[in-house]
Amino acid sequence: MKFGILLKEGPYNHQAADSAYQFILAARKKGHEVEAVFLYNDGVLNVSNKADPPQDDRNLFKNWSELGAQGVEILTCIAASKRRGINDSVLSNNCTITGLGTLTDIAMRVDRLVTFGD
Amino acid sequence: MSEQDGVVTRKIMNVIRRAPHGTIYSYEGLEMILIMGAFEQDISLVFIDDGVYSLVKNQDTKEIGIKGFATTYKALDGYDIEKLYVDKESMEERGLTPKDFVVEVEVLTSAEIGKMMKEQDVIVPQ
Repeated sequence: MKFGILLKEGPYNHQAADSAYQFILAARKKGHEVEAVFLYNDGVLNVSNKADPPQDDRNLFKNWSELGAQGVEILTCIAASKRRGINDSVLSNNCTITGLGTLTDIAMRVDRLVTFGD
Repeated sequence: MSEQDGVVTRKIMNVIRRAPHGTIYSYEGLEMILIMGAFEQDISLVFIDDGVYSLVKNQDTKEIGIKGFATTYKALDGYDIEKLYVDKESMEERGLTPKDFVVEVEVLTSAEIGKMMKEQDVIVPQ
């Protein structure tokens, strides 16, 4: 099955980003394809390269960037990003700033769009 | 999902669950809906829980210093988004009637909304 992910919460404050990440790992392990992760609302804060979480904790920013390197599109909404200080100069590697039209495209082509949020 | 002349149309339902102010979810949700409207999909909006407050007439947000957006719902038919549903129980619990809303809506029971959700290709909780 082809999945798209919509992530609507930022890292650490809420478990949604962790849950989305764990879901993606599990789905891929079972042979499913995750085409794209679209970040919306505070979800856009997951792709800041300025974050530096403690060494003994999971690094969500690194997780998203690595998933991006593995071919999962990590997309952040431009309107939501601009509101929250995310732009090309602070964007994590292997991530892309895009528009809500791209989310609609994803919703139109994947088998399931799964939302993680509050 | 339906297909006509090779063009696939998907049923996409947005679920507005929160009050219009207090968090940004409803406002950014509406921004998403307006963009989706440009893609000629079968878009619907359902208002449940505090989401029903989004549609209340004569909201005045001046004192909170935040731009009001209830009137934007009136522009939705210009985007061919005409399916607006309100959960009956949520509306009645809050002492509201369809006359209190800025737009015409269809009032449905939770069971009817549930049935409709089952028919969707995509559901986006806002």
